[in-house]
Amino acid sequence: MNAIVTVIGQNRVGIIAAISTRLAALGVDILDVSQTILNGSFTMVMVVSLEGANASFVAIRDTLNELAAERGLSIRIQRQEIFEAMHTV
Amino acid sequence: MLTKNDILSTIEMIDQQHLDIRTITMGISLTDCADASVSRACDRIYDKITRYAKDLVSVGEAIETEFGIPIVNKRISVTPIALVAAASETDSYVPFAKALDRAAKTCGVDYLGGFSALVQKGMTGADETLIRSIPEALAETDVVCSSVNIGSTKAGINMDAVRLMGKVIRKTAERTNGAGCCKLVVFCNAVEDNPFMAGAFHGVGEPEKVVNVGVSGPGVVYHALQAVKGAPFDVVAETVKKTAFRITRMGQLVALEASKRLDTPFGIVDLSLAPTPAVGDSVARILEEMGLETCGTHGTTAALALLNDAVKKGGVMASSSVGGLSGAFIPVSEDEGMIAAAKAGVLTIDKLEAMTCVCSVGLDMIAVPGDTDADTIAAILADEAAIGMVNSKTTAVRVLPAIGKSVGDTVEMGGLMGSAPVMPVHTASSKAFIARGGRIPAPMQSLKN
Repeated sequence: MNAIVTVIGQNRVGIIAAISTRLAALGVDILDVSQTILNGSFTMVMVVSLEGANASFVAIRDTLNELAAERGLSIRIQRQEIFEAMHTV
Repeated sequence: MLTKNDILSTIEMIDQQHLDIRTITMGISLTDCADASVSRACDRIYDKITRYAKDLVSVGEAIETEFGIPIVNKRISVTPIALVAAASETDSYVPFAKALDRAAKTCGVDYLGGFSALVQKGMTGADETLIRSIPEALAETDVVCSSVNIGSTKAGINMDAVRLMGKVIRKTAERTNGAGCCKLVVFCNAVEDNPFMAGAFHGVGEPEKVVNVGVSGPGVVYHALQAVKGAPFDVVAETVKKTAFRITRMGQLVALEASKRLDTPFGIVDLSLAPTPAVGDSVARILEEMGLETCGTHGTTAALALLNDAVKKGGVMASSSVGGLSGAFIPVSEDEGMIAAAKAGVLTIDKLEAMTCVCSVGLDMIAVPGDTDADTIAAILADEAAIGMVNSKTTAVRVLPAIGKSVGDTVEMGGLMGSAPVMPVHTASSKAFIARGGRIPAPMQSLKN
């Protein structure tokens, strides 16, 4: 199962490193990353694979929520199908 | 191929434009629960509902988590209780309502619909018992919703039932200080697969169990229209269609996922734009975005007709099975823009009645003065049913007599129910009209064969 991780917040050193470290520890494979500064905000969209994950979806979400709280970011993880359904025919 | 903009626009729709799945509703047939003993029938009803719907809430929450889309309500609809309870020897169906309430609470759902009777052509003894039980049933339960179908294009309008329902609505308001009337709908041409409350019930033509989904999204449509200010209506219609398509695709995805996880057949996606009292989630504001100063002014009916049609056209291709009510809802108390328009005196009951000719579904969540008599309420029901009957569409009335209040006051319901400004009704009497009873015959368009 693929999921989309989106990260929005104030830019500072080490955001990508922190997120990828946590995801790696959970066995989440990063397939694609797109990052930009949009209207002054750090905005990153990651496509990840949960096939080899060693934690449940909820546990992965909770880990990302912890990180979001620590760093003052908005991080969400959603299954890819929801975006495909809305934007592709 | 997904782009970053696609992903961020979806997140913006959810975060800032109130995009959500309004409801996952599981329909459950209770026809096999009938029993001569009330207590045995109630036990069977409780057992069956809690067995079939035990995972409904947890599955809904899991889908919410994984897809990141809020699912506001999880609900259950059941076979009209007048049909199930007919076998039981009793003169009150309140115990059935209580059994439904207990079952709904055990399952953790928000509402359960189906304390209902279908009496468009006439009432059986059981139908009449159910209708007379409604005020007490709604007073004694918390999450049970009731509906009565008093007319159809095929059968005409049962004016005896209309008269009775005028009294029942009045009595329900008195017994529940108005709150019970939020859970009571009077239909013409009721549909059997509606996932929305208070009018949901599981029709007799439906399977053993089924999952129906109702989408929402007035905020998303409003936002999309802000990008085409001043453009001709062709552009407005296309914009609404594209937005409705996206919203419905999401609904279809959630419906199929819920169906799979609950091991329950997928029924329909209901393409209704359902507002909430939250700012930015209003159908009225969409109509105003089209160029009306205030919802309810001249042009409102035309704007609503366009909106309603474009939502259906956009949504119908996005789902494998569209049903339910499928149209824009205009519940006054549940729509921030409608509340404002009614308070300003621009949106009146007469205008709302005209609007119901072109949209789903009717005079919804309208507070009327506390001294409005049962005959006047019945006459409001008859007018609305006539629109449904002649136009071969569903119409409904959910009217809230505001006991002890008058025009200018506001009734606070809280939550998704919002607040309703008390709206004036005509004071000239309809008493002799309602006293006639009998049946208004079905119109010519009922003869299609």
